[in-house]
Amino acid sequence: MTVTAPPRESAAPTPPARPSAGRRVGDRLLSWWRRLTAMRTAIILLFLLALAAVPGSLLPQRALSQNNVRQYVADHPTLAPVLDRLYLFDVFSSPWFAAVYLLLFVSLIGCVLPRGLEHARALRAAPPSAPRHLTRLPDSGEVATSLPSGEALDVVEEELRVRRFRVVRRDGPADPAGTRGDLSAEKGYLKETGNVLFHLSLVALLLGLAGGKLWGYEGSILVTEGQGFCNSFQQYDTYSAGPLVDSADLSPLCVDLEDFRAQYEPNLTASSFTAGIGYGAPGEQGRPTSIGVNDPLRIDGNRVYLTGHGFSPSFTVTLPGGKTFENVSQPFLPTDQSTMASEGALKLPDAGASSDDQLALEGFFAPTGLVRGGVLTSVDPRPLAPQVAIVAYRGYLGLDSGVPQSVYSLDASQIERGRLERVGAANLAVGDSLDLPDGTSIAFTGYREFAALQLSHDPGQVWVLGAAISLLTGLLGMLLLRRERIFARAAPDAASGGSVLTVASLSRGSGQNGPRFAALAADLRNALDDRARGTSTRTSTSTSTRRPEGPPA
Amino acid sequence: MTPDQSLAELSDQLFTSGVALYSLAVVAFCAQLAFGRRPALVAAGGGGVLPSDAPADEPERGRRWGIAAMALTVLGAVAHAGVLVTRGLATDRLPWGNMYEFATATVLVAVVAYVVLALRSPGLRHIGVFVLAPVVLALVLIGLFLYAEAGPLVAALRSSWLAIHVSTAILGFGMFFVSGIVSVLYLVRTHHDAREPDDGRQGDGIVSRLPAAGALDRVAHRTAVFGFPIWTFAVIAGAIWAESAWGRFWGWDPKETWAFIAWVVYAGYLHARTTAGWRGRPAAWVNVVGLVVMVFNLLFVNMVSTGLHSYAGVN
Ligand code: HEM
Repeated sequence: MTVTAPPRESAAPTPPARPSAGRRVGDRLLSWWRRLTAMRTAIILLFLLALAAVPGSLLPQRALSQNNVRQYVADHPTLAPVLDRLYLFDVFSSPWFAAVYLLLFVSLIGCVLPRGLEHARALRAAPPSAPRHLTRLPDSGEVATSLPSGEALDVVEEELRVRRFRVVRRDGPADPAGTRGDLSAEKGYLKETGNVLFHLSLVALLLGLAGGKLWGYEGSILVTEGQGFCNSFQQYDTYSAGPLVDSADLSPLCVDLEDFRAQYEPNLTASSFTAGIGYGAPGEQGRPTSIGVNDPLRIDGNRVYLTGHGFSPSFTVTLPGGKTFENVSQPFLPTDQSTMASEGALKLPDAGASSDDQLALEGFFAPTGLVRGGVLTSVDPRPLAPQVAIVAYRGYLGLDSGVPQSVYSLDASQIERGRLERVGAANLAVGDSLDLPDGTSIAFTGYREFAALQLSHDPGQVWVLGAAISLLTGLLGMLLLRRERIFARAAPDAASGGSVLTVASLSRGSGQNGPRFAALAADLRNALDDRARGTSTRTSTSTSTRRPEGPPA
Repeated sequence: MTPDQSLAELSDQLFTSGVALYSLAVVAFCAQLAFGRRPALVAAGGGGVLPSDAPADEPERGRRWGIAAMALTVLGAVAHAGVLVTRGLATDRLPWGNMYEFATATVLVAVVAYVVLALRSPGLRHIGVFVLAPVVLALVLIGLFLYAEAGPLVAALRSSWLAIHVSTAILGFGMFFVSGIVSVLYLVRTHHDAREPDDGRQGDGIVSRLPAAGALDRVAHRTAVFGFPIWTFAVIAGAIWAESAWGRFWGWDPKETWAFIAWVVYAGYLHARTTAGWRGRPAAWVNVVGLVVMVFNLLFVNMVSTGLHSYAGVN
C-alpha cells in the first residue's frame, strides 16, 4: 500500500515494429483510461466542477426563478441569447456541467473500484512481510534484551495483539533460540474501508439524485380557505416533472385548506404560519391535520408543504339589471412580506352583454390600511383593518385571444390599445362599495386567506439520505482512523547472549507518528524487561536498551 | 418575546471590549516578535535552523510579552463568547439568527481553535499576530457593516435544525479560517525560504520568526481535516432542513451552490495534499482558494444575491 496513488505511466512505449491498428487503438484507449483515472485528473476535474457551478449562482437560473431570467433577458437583449445558447440559465442541467461530473465519476469509479478490490484482498491476506532494511522506515529503533529472539518476538506479538493489531510471525516460534525471526503487524484496515465507502457513496448519491430527477415531480398551487386541489398536473398553477413521470399515475391525493393562521411577534416578525388541512384520496372524507413552516405533511412518498400565504379579497358585483356575482374572490399576491401589501386582479368576463363589455378590477389590498393623501398603504401584516384600492375597467379582456394571461394582473396591452377602458376607482373598507357610471355596484365584502401549497414527490430522496449518511461515515473513518504497520526483527546478540530487536513502523493518518512510536517502543521495552525478570533463570538480566531514534525533527 | 434591552446592550459592550482586548493582544504579539528576536550572533551560530519550536531560548522580555499576548487573547475570547451568550439570553434563542451573530461566532471558533493549537504546540504562539490581526479586522468590519439589533427569529428559522446546521457550519468555517491563514503563512514562509537559502544569515525579520514550513503545512492540513467532515455534516444537515422548510433538499440556491463549491475545493485540497506534483505550495494555494470561497459565500451571497437564505438581517 503506497501513500499516494501510484504514478501512472503515460503510455506504453511503442515497439519498433508497427503494431496492428487494433492494437494501437487499444493502447491509446488504455493510456487515456489511465490518465483519466489518475489522481491529478481527479483534482483537475474537481476544480472544473467547482468552476462550472459558479455561473449558476451569479446568473439567474430557470430552475430557480423563471421571472428573474425573463427580467434578465429583457435587460440584456444582446447578451442574453448568447448566454442562453451556452446553457448559462440552466447551468445545473446543462450538457457541459453533466460532462464534468460524469467524467469525474467515471474517473472516481476507475480509481476506487480497483482500490476497493485490492483492499478486499488485503482484508483477507496476512500483513506483508517485513522489508529488508527496517531502519530505513520513517520510525524505527532497536531494543536489546536478554531474552532469546523467539521469546522476544512472543512478547512483541502479545503487546501488539492487545493493541488489536493483526500479527503474523515468519519465523516459526518453535525455533530454538539463536535464529532470526520476523514479525509483521497491521491495524487500521477500516481507514481504507472508509475511503472506499466514501467514494462509492458519492456514486450512490449521484444515482439517487438522478433517480429523483427522472421520476420526481412537483406542483404548486394557491388555495383559498374553503377550497382545495387534487394531485394532477391540470390543477397546478405551476409544475415540473421528470421525463419518466407518467402523468396518469400520480398518487391519488386531494388536499383542502380549512383555515390558515399567521402569528406575529410584537415587532411584527412572523413567528408561525399554520394551515389546517384535510387530505385523502379523491372522494374520501379528508383526514384533518395541520402543516406549517418546517413541518410538512408526509404520506406515501409525497410531501405537502406550506410555502407562502396571502389574502384573497372578495367582492360582490351587482349589475344594473340586478344580476349579482356574490363574493367573488381571487388571491392577491403579496408584494411586501413585512406588511403583506398585495396586488391582484379580478376578471369577470360574463359581467356584460357581450365580449366587448366585460368587467375587470385591478387592485391593491392592505390587511391594515392607512390612507394618506388619497393613497392607500399597508402598515401591518395582520388583517386589523383591511382595505382595498381598486380600479375598474370595462371592455375586452382578451382572454380568448390565444395569448396566455396571468390571473393576477390585467393584460396591459389591452389597456394601452384602448380595448379596456377605465371606468372608476376607489379606496374601499369592508362594506363600502364603488358605483360605476353605468349603475354597476362593486362592494368590498371582506377577505379570506390563501395558502401557497406545494406537493413534491421525489423517490430518490431516501436513497440520497442513506448515501449521505454512509458518505459521512466513510469520511470519518478515512480521516480519523490511522493505518499502521509494525515490523519487528529479532537477531541473536552473541555478546550478551540475548537478542536485539529492531522495530519499525509505517503509518498513515492524521497526527504525528513520532511520539506514538516512542511510546510503543517504551511499552515494548518494559514488557521485555518484565518477561526477562519473570523468567530469569539466566545469570544476566542486564537490559541495556537503546532509545529508539526519534523521527527526524 | 421582546428582547431584553439591558442584556442586548451588555452584549454590544462586550463586543467592543473583545475587539479592544484582541487589539492589545496584537500589540503584545508584535512586541513579542520585536523583543523576542535573538541577537544575530546566536542566529548565525544556529546555522539557520529555525527557532520555531523553541520558545524557551527566547529572551526573557520576549517571553513575557508572549505570555501577556496569550492572556489578552484568552480574555478577549471570553468577552467574545460573552457577546454571544448575552445575545442568546437577551433574545431567548440561539445567538446565530442573522449574519452579525453568525460571523461573530465564526470568528470566535477561529480564535478558540488558535488558542487550543497554541497551547498544545508552543511553537505556534508566534503566529498569533497573523491570526489575531485578521480577527480584529474581521470583527471591526462585522461591527461596522453586519451589525443587527437583537431580535426574534423569523418563522422559517424556528427549528431545531438551526442549532444543528448553523452550529456545525460555524465550527467548520472557523476551522477553515485558521487553516487558510496558516496556509497563507506557509506560502509566505516557503517564498521566503526559497529566496533566502540556508546561509545561516537569516533570523531577522518577522517571516523568519514563523514556524518551519513543514510545521505550518501540517497544521493547515490537520485543521482542514478537522473542518472537512464538520462542513460535510453541516451541508447534509442543511439539506435535511431544506427538505422540510423549502420543499426540496437541494435546489442550487446561491448559498447552497457556494457551499457546494467550497466543499469541492476542500476535497481538492485534501486530494492535492496526497498527490505528487500538488504537494506543498500548490496544495496550500488550493486551501487559500477554499477560504476565499468561504468568505465570499458569507459576504457576497448574503448581501448581494437574493435567495432563500436571505435571513441575513442586513440591508
Ligand atoms: C466526487 C469527487 C471526489 C471527492 C469529493 C473526493 C473526496 C476525497 C476526500 C475528502 C479524500 C480524503 C483525503 C484525505 O485522506 O485526506 C479523498 C481521498 C482519496 N481520493 Fe477522492 N474524491 C473524489 C474523487 C476521487 C477520484 C476521481 C479519485 C481517483 C482518481 C479519488 C481518489 C482518492 C484517493 C486515492 C484517496 C486517498 C488519498 C489518501 O488517503 O492518501 N477520489 N477523496
